[in-house]
Amino acid sequence: MGGFATVLLVIGINIVLAVSLTVVNGFTGQFSMGHGGFMAVGGYVAAMIVYYGSLRLWGSANFAGGFLSSASGDGAWLAGGDVLFVVACLAAGLAAAGAGYLVGLPSLRLKGDYLAIVTLGFGEIVRVVLQGTAPQIARSKADVVRETPVWKLATHLGGAQGFNLLPTYATLFWIYFAAVLTLIVVYRLKMSSSGRAFLSIREDEIASQAMGVNVTKYKVRAFVLSSFFAGVAGGLYAMYLGAINATDLGFQRSFEVIIMVVLGGMGSISGATLAAILLSILPEVLRAPPPVWPAGLALLVVMVIIQKVGISFGLTRGPADGIVLNIAISMRSLRRSWKFKPLVIVAGVTMALETARLVCLQQQIDIAQYRMVLYALMLIIMMIVRPEGLFGVREFWDYLPRRRAHSPSGPVAEASA
Amino acid sequence: MPLLQVSNLHVSYGSIRALHGIDLEVEAGKIVTLIGANGAGKSTTLRAISGMIPSEQGAISFDGHSILGTPPHRLLEQGMAHVPEGRGIFGNLTVEDNLALGAYIRNDRDGIRNDHERVLELFPRLKERLKQSAGTLSGGEQQMLAIARGMMSRPRLLLLDEPSLGLAPQFVQTIFAIIREVNQQGTTILLIEQNAHMALQVAHQAYVLETGAIAMRGPASELAASDEVRKRYLGIA
Amino acid sequence: MTQLLQTLVDGLTVGSLYALIALGYTMVYGILRFINFAHSDIFALGTHMTITIAAVLGVKAADAAVPAWYIGPAVLVLSMLSCGALGFVIERLAYRPLRNAPRLNVLITAIGVSLFLQNVGQLPMFFGPYPRAIPKLTPDVVLGTLADVNFRLVDAAVIGTAVMLMLALQYLVHSTRLGLAMRAVSFSHRNAALMGINVDRVISITFVIGSMLAAAAGFLYAVRYEGQAKQTADAMWVMLGLKAFVAAVVGGIGNLRGAMLGGLIIGLIEFFGVGYLSSNYRDAYVFAILIVVLLFKPEGILGRATMEKV
Repeated sequence: MGGFATVLLVIGINIVLAVSLTVVNGFTGQFSMGHGGFMAVGGYVAAMIVYYGSLRLWGSANFAGGFLSSASGDGAWLAGGDVLFVVACLAAGLAAAGAGYLVGLPSLRLKGDYLAIVTLGFGEIVRVVLQGTAPQIARSKADVVRETPVWKLATHLGGAQGFNLLPTYATLFWIYFAAVLTLIVVYRLKMSSSGRAFLSIREDEIASQAMGVNVTKYKVRAFVLSSFFAGVAGGLYAMYLGAINATDLGFQRSFEVIIMVVLGGMGSISGATLAAILLSILPEVLRAPPPVWPAGLALLVVMVIIQKVGISFGLTRGPADGIVLNIAISMRSLRRSWKFKPLVIVAGVTMALETARLVCLQQQIDIAQYRMVLYALMLIIMMIVRPEGLFGVREFWDYLPRRRAHSPSGPVAEASA
Repeated sequence: MPLLQVSNLHVSYGSIRALHGIDLEVEAGKIVTLIGANGAGKSTTLRAISGMIPSEQGAISFDGHSILGTPPHRLLEQGMAHVPEGRGIFGNLTVEDNLALGAYIRNDRDGIRNDHERVLELFPRLKERLKQSAGTLSGGEQQMLAIARGMMSRPRLLLLDEPSLGLAPQFVQTIFAIIREVNQQGTTILLIEQNAHMALQVAHQAYVLETGAIAMRGPASELAASDEVRKRYLGIA
Repeated sequence: MTQLLQTLVDGLTVGSLYALIALGYTMVYGILRFINFAHSDIFALGTHMTITIAAVLGVKAADAAVPAWYIGPAVLVLSMLSCGALGFVIERLAYRPLRNAPRLNVLITAIGVSLFLQNVGQLPMFFGPYPRAIPKLTPDVVLGTLADVNFRLVDAAVIGTAVMLMLALQYLVHSTRLGLAMRAVSFSHRNAALMGINVDRVISITFVIGSMLAAAAGFLYAVRYEGQAKQTADAMWVMLGLKAFVAAVVGGIGNLRGAMLGGLIIGLIEFFGVGYLSSNYRDAYVFAILIVVLLFKPEGILGRATMEKV
């Protein structure tokens, strides 16, 4: 599989992680630093089910999937291996959700930084405990696996070496299936009454309690839902890498996801998605920076079009109760004044980046060496210059010009025949 | 020349205009009071004077020098102390430490010790509670501490923001007696009060603030006698 | 008996390191209410500055000879000064612009600063990408032996220096004008400014002092773990820093005595856990204690209970 496809897989998994963390950190305003821990719980559960499950069922832990899970593209659409994989991912989500319930409970007592520390501590305990498990039972010993009771298999998770040699089922299809599912569920949640309850807790917990919102219930619910998807992401991660190691799922991993959520804007689903995409690509891009100006130019053209021509996007309920994406293009009246500032910023940034890139090429400076330094600097500057993140609490379509007034609950407009 | 002169002061909170064009003068040695309803802009005026919030337009001069834009921690050095609304005492520190903080900008040990004694004579209740954490004092005692602490910097002008707010009636009497006493010892006072009745009794000069502008001004006794003030702020028909 | 004593000595030595680092966390938290994730990197840089300064003063890791007595203190002072300056610059450039920003942003910035320091430290122009060996700074002297347990000069130096620094800090905060200002700022920035206190300067000084204490801990770490090789972007620094932070929380965040007590408790628990239970779960003991303390006494052992303001 090429480097590009790998990045796409990583992006998909990061979307699931970032969007699910948005539910806790963005919607309810609680601060969880244990997402890596939930991911680890899910990842190991899925790894265990797929690996030991395959050995028990088929006596071999080789790949046994169908078309959807294989790169070669032969065989049936779905095979036994796929079913096992999907079950494993669901179980991963449920196990992580159970852990999320356990961690969500103390959140009734703790607030702000204290909750953050507890979730961080939880993540670290998960990591340490997983690293202390017994060695993995080898692939060749299917009979040993058959004779060992299930609860005992759960202690053979590979310890410090990690859980390795897993069959890789998580293809683009499955990962983006999960990503889209996560997006839909979280988006529906944000627009529902539960979503409003979440947001009210974030704004003012005491006031929302006074308004009759069951703060406890919603906080725990947010934790459970968020950790469910983190667990699924963990399962996908294990099945994409073919291995999972708790060392990689410590607090650094949690930080990465938090950074995505904050950069995207607390509570913005499209923001978290975009940040997940950008931050997954960024390290690769910095490894060997391609020319920047085509992207800058394209962005400028798009901005001019949006400003001058006016494209409006909207989701409209169609006559047959289906949702129709409607895109309308209209020339704006020429009286409307230009907004020069964003254009100048984009042009300036593009030129600065391009100059920097050329200077580096000229002087034969290896940017890859400064990759993490630049990443860290960007993070700091972003926080200082645009503290609300890319989109704030809004979604990206809120920034596009509109043709019609939408209902306050979001872009799904009332029926328009 | 007045000790404090404010002219044409404008202040906004975001797009909401809180003050539009305040003119105010405080003569040295006097008690000047600024009365008005809730939300009229009394505290905003005081905060703008002491530099806690930025002013959009206008001039503020203290003792002949412009102090517009001076950060609050520099004003104390020039002789202006601000006792904020809600008293602003440090609940985690002892009464003694709070008083010491009042004299934070001073370096004369002997002078500080003298003022410490002088202030405690004025507020005997504080003397009994010197080692006690300030957070455990009653509301009235905290207000006394706040005024005492304000005096520790030996200010020429003391800004008092609602000193009677939330106090029991007998404490209100005490606090106003103390304000008069402090003034008689030579400190000029700019007093902001909702309790117009008491404020007009102790003050020499008074201003009435209505929705961000000065509605009336004059000697306190005259205002107290005016029909409009009696009706609207003193509740006497 | 032997094991008990040895565990006690180890726990106290490492605990006093935790205490020194915890003080920096707790001071910054007390005054700005955020977890300074970059603090553990200052600690790491303290160790690396120690290696560099010692090399400049002519002490190399390969040397067998013990350096002159004054080299150690000189290295300590110089690395404290350089890290103090670094702390000043960090606060000025990264944290001050965010003074009124939401706390989460400050936290993310702190993580950014942490990543920045780790990776800048790895650059060839600084400490390089390879682990560097720690030179010997104190002679191998055994001060006394009890039940087969040697109490070495190294242990005494670590505990002694840590205690001295903590006493100095205690004096500074509770008996000087600057300390009074620090305590006032930690209660309320606005009210402190009304007292004529230059709040920004007090915050700067707090960062400098915290960073100096972290540097001292880095130096003492080098003294204790001489001969080991370390690089700046090692998860181990962050883990040590996190444990120190746990110590600050367990003791009661914002409380200096709490940080010291918490440091010792965490050090002892870690070593008793490793010695008597299992060394596999070394990091888990510390976090388990954290969760237990937070569930039953969220304000920490010496902390004061506070209500969320309505």
